[in-house]
Order: sequence, then C-alpha cells, then structure tokens
Amino acid sequence: MIALKLAIRNLLGAGLRTFLIVIVLSVAYFLIIFMNGIYQGWDKQARIEMIAWEVGEGQYWQENFDPYDPVTLVDAHAVIPEAFKKDVENGNVAALLYTQATIYPEGRMQGIMLKGIGVNQKAIAIPSAQLIAEEGDIPALIGTRFAKNAKLEIGDYVLIRWRDVNGTFDATEIKIAGIFSTAVPAVDAGQVWIPLDMMQRITGMPGEATMIVKGRDAEMPADVAGWEFKDHSYLFAALEALIQSKTIGGSVFYGIMLALALLAVFDTQVLSIFRRQREIGTYISMGMTRREVVGLFTVEGAMHAVLALFVGAIYGIPLLLYLQNKGIGMPEGTDEFGIAAAERIMPYYSVALIVGTVIVVMIATTIISYMPVRKISKMNPNDAIRGKIQ
Amino acid sequence: MHNKMKNGTIITIQNLIKRFPIGGGEFTALNGINLSFEKGEFSGIVGPSGSGKTTMLNIMGSLDTPTEGETEVLGTTSSEMTPRSAAFLRKKHIGFIFQTYNLMPVYTVFENVEFPLLLLKMPSSERRKAVLEALEWVGLTDKIKSRPPQLSGGESQRVAIARAMVKKPDLVLADEPTANLDAKNSHHILQTMEKLNKDLKTTFIFATHDDKVIKYLNRIISLEDGKVVSDESIKK
Repeated sequence: MIALKLAIRNLLGAGLRTFLIVIVLSVAYFLIIFMNGIYQGWDKQARIEMIAWEVGEGQYWQENFDPYDPVTLVDAHAVIPEAFKKDVENGNVAALLYTQATIYPEGRMQGIMLKGIGVNQKAIAIPSAQLIAEEGDIPALIGTRFAKNAKLEIGDYVLIRWRDVNGTFDATEIKIAGIFSTAVPAVDAGQVWIPLDMMQRITGMPGEATMIVKGRDAEMPADVAGWEFKDHSYLFAALEALIQSKTIGGSVFYGIMLALALLAVFDTQVLSIFRRQREIGTYISMGMTRREVVGLFTVEGAMHAVLALFVGAIYGIPLLLYLQNKGIGMPEGTDEFGIAAAERIMPYYSVALIVGTVIVVMIATTIISYMPVRKISKMNPNDAIRGKIQ
Repeated sequence: MHNKMKNGTIITIQNLIKRFPIGGGEFTALNGINLSFEKGEFSGIVGPSGSGKTTMLNIMGSLDTPTEGETEVLGTTSSEMTPRSAAFLRKKHIGFIFQTYNLMPVYTVFENVEFPLLLLKMPSSERRKAVLEALEWVGLTDKIKSRPPQLSGGESQRVAIARAMVKKPDLVLADEPTANLDAKNSHHILQTMEKLNKDLKTTFIFATHDDKVIKYLNRIISLEDGKVVSDESIKK
C-alpha cells in the first residue's frame, strides 16, 4: 500500500515523462482492443450470416459430397431419406441438389454451380419463395455479386447448360426471378438457385439431394445411412482459421505498438536507476529494505499501465462505442475473396478481450518494470546516497 | 532496548575494523576502533578526507557492517543484525542528514518530511501534526508546498533536518551537513540542531571537518587513517 502511494506520488511528480508513456500505453490498450474487436465482430457477424444463409443448424452431406473435389460432385446425390422427408415437406430443412453447369450471359461462357432448393424451405435465408414458376419458365435466383458480374437483372433470360445424371449435356433458358443481397459469397458468387423439383427433373435425379440443411425447428436423426452430419465446429473451421490468421497478422501490428510502449517503460526504469541513485540510497537510509525499494520501483513502472488504463478509458470507451455502433467499412472487393464479410464490420468487444488485454498489458508492464530494477538489490547504499553510479 | 540503553549508552563499538576491497588488495578504512556514545550527546567525528568518518557513521547507522569487531547500536548488535532488522532500526530510531540534503525532488517540502512517517505507517492526522511540528522546529512552515528546487541550500538542509527529526529518533547521524552551506546558513542549522538536541534529548553524531561545526560540539573524536587519535569532551 505504501509502495502504491509513493509510486503514484513519484509518477505524478515526474510529469511529462509519465504522461508520454501513459499515452503510448493507452494507445496500445486501445489498438489491441479495437483490432481484436474488429476480428471478433467479423467472426460473430460472419457466423450469424453463414448460419442464416448457408450453414443453418448443421448440414447432412451425401457421403460422396466433397466441396473441395468437383470431380466427385457427379456422384454426390442420393434419394432424400425417409427420416428427412417430413421436415423437407414442412420447410424445416432445405434440401439442396447440386450440379456443375455453364451459363452464357451475353454470349459469354461462365462456369456456375446450379443448385436446386425447396421452394417452401425456411431453414436458410435464400428467398426461395420467389422461385415461382411461370408457365414454361425455369425461375432462378442469383445474388447481387453474381448479377453484377454476369450483368443480369430481374426478368432476364439466360442460357444454361448442364449434364444430367447420365452425363448427357442439356441446355435451356432460365428466367431471373429475383436477386438477393447477402454477406455470404458462398451462396452468391457463381451460384444459381432454381426450384428443387425442376432441378431434380432436368438432371434426372428425382427425389434426390446433395445436401440437407437443418433449420432451427427441425428435429433430425443423429445418424442417417449414406449421409454425414457436419456440425458448426466443422463448417466454421475455415472461417476460424482465417480469423485466427488475421488475428495473428494483426497482433504483429499492435505487438509493435505494445513493444514501443514497453520499451519506453523499460527505458524509464533504466534511467531511473541511474538518475535516482541518491534517492534509492535515501530510501534505504530511511528504513526501506532493498527489496522494498525494488518493489517501489516495480510498482512505479507498473502503475504506468494502470494510469494508461484510465487515460485510455477516457478517450477509448467513447471511441470504441462509436465504432461499435457505426461499424468499419470493409475495403472494396473484400467479399470477392469468398469470405463472409458484411459491407461494414461491427466491432465486438467481449469481456474476455477487454479483461485479457488489461491483464496482458499489466503483466508485461510489470515484468518490464521489474527487470531493470533488480539491480537495486545489488547496490551499495552508501555509494547510492552519494549518487555514485554503480 | 538493552540494559545499556537504560544506562544511557546507545552505541558501543569494540575493536571495529572495516576493510574495503580495492583493485586486487584491500584498504583498511577503520582500524581497531573502540568507542561508546551516551544518549543526548552532541558529538562529532572529525578528521581529514579519507580518515574513515563517513564509514564509521554508516556502520553506526546500520548502512554498513564491520569486517571485524562488533557494534551495538540502540541494543542491536552487528553480529545479530539482518537486513530487515537493520532497516527497522533505521526506520524507527535513526535519522540521517546528508551533505547533499538528498531530498526527493518531485515531493513538496511537506511530503519530504512526511516520508519517514509513511514508512512507519502513522495515521494521516498524526502525520500531518508531526510534520507541521517538525517544520516549525526548523522554521519552514511557510514552505510546505514548495519543492526542493525552489529552496535555497540552507532551506533544503533545514528540510532534511526536519525529515530526520520528524519521527523523533534516538539518534541522528549527520554527514558533513554544512559542507554545501555558507557561514550564516551553517550557524543557523547548527543552532537548530543544538536546540533539538537540548529539547528532545536526541543524540547527534556528526562526521565533519568544518570548524563551524566543531565549535558547537560537546565531544570531539578525531580520526586519522582509520584510528582514533583523540577523544575530547568539551564542557560548555
């Protein structure tokens, strides 16, 4: 307690030097929380969007389905099992049938993934209810990215070509019935959605699906022969890996910031040992043990982090809250990387992030403060009193 | 406290030898010192530079230990002294006054004088009372908010005296307290210390070679090359 009192007194007495270190440390606090807040916000938003548009509450994959191997896609279909049929009929799950196809917007050829989706499904946010067939037409939904890329608008007719179950090419025109906007590129870029029954008909795969997406209200069996359930931990693995790599990349930046602040603390401590020899000797002459003086100087150094916390809170809390409400605009083209990302990322600052950051900065500052002042324990107090450099 | 304290002897030094390593060899700073100091003395260890005055003061103040021989300061012998017990002795019973004042530059006069009481964990209200009393002794009650850089040399040394005296120690060790002061300020602070010695019965031991100080002493111990060459009491 006495060390704390004296440390505060010494720090405040040091004036500008303390102020500068505290400002740099407070910026380190702010940046660490802000940068991680962006990644956490991105992660959180991406999860919400992916659950809403793509992942649902988990997916059953036909056992041959491998999203990273297009060659196997021709075999990745099977009759929807009895266990799913009730939920497919009432829309609690989305049955999806995939096939590779080619689209010819304005005469250009472009590879796409043609996907059949139950019109009445409520499991994911694809607006499948818009897939209302007019006589003779195959209605199709596309996302805004693909619409822009292929220069397609609602009401446009466009030619598509695909292979049926026997490998025979077939082609027809589809009509763009709707264009949806989503933050999830996986359901947009190069994706064309048509009614499941039409998809089954044109591919010669009646009653079949590639994947069943579980909705919130669906009660699904744990094991279905020929189908593999993929839960969130599996489906979000790629996203988590990406966020983690981004976080590590970001940590280099704020690590440098923190290192600069800690260097300033270290430098101050080293300087203190040299400049304040006489003071150290006086403390000892007045009855402090060397260990207590080491403690005092360590607390003094560590107090920079405490003061920085308060200073950081003064400007950081309003700024972080403002950014949390307004969000951060993502750079143009971010979604073209194929990663779920909204136009604006809303940073999310979890308690663990804030508490963790505070603890990390405090511990790092305390260790850095302690390292140079260990020298005091070897000092000769008589020389110190006379200010003799040791 | 030991019996000796009750009898009035607060420091006993027996066969004290202090050597310092220098280069490959050793330098003997104190060589076979035998002395004792009574409570309430206003004594001085005098001698030229390098005679061992400061070393002796440091050993009496438990800032240093003998190489050979034994000291007993306020009932604690050097052989049984640990760093913790030495620190406690200094904290509670010994005040130091230095040639260079050694005030904390970032503290106010009040805070400087308050410091030893903070170490003693004295309650705030008592602390304030004691600090104001100590500053009154040295005539600096109007400077409580000043900081050391704003004070003259004489004022700084008076703050140092107040800091040494504020806890009402049994012993004050003053190492060349007038070395950086002019004659007028020297006499002023010596008169202050003499008055405190009389009023509070605090033992003052000086290390000095300043004639101005010597005139005030009631016992003069002369050191030369680490040995006591004379020990003279002066009736005043």
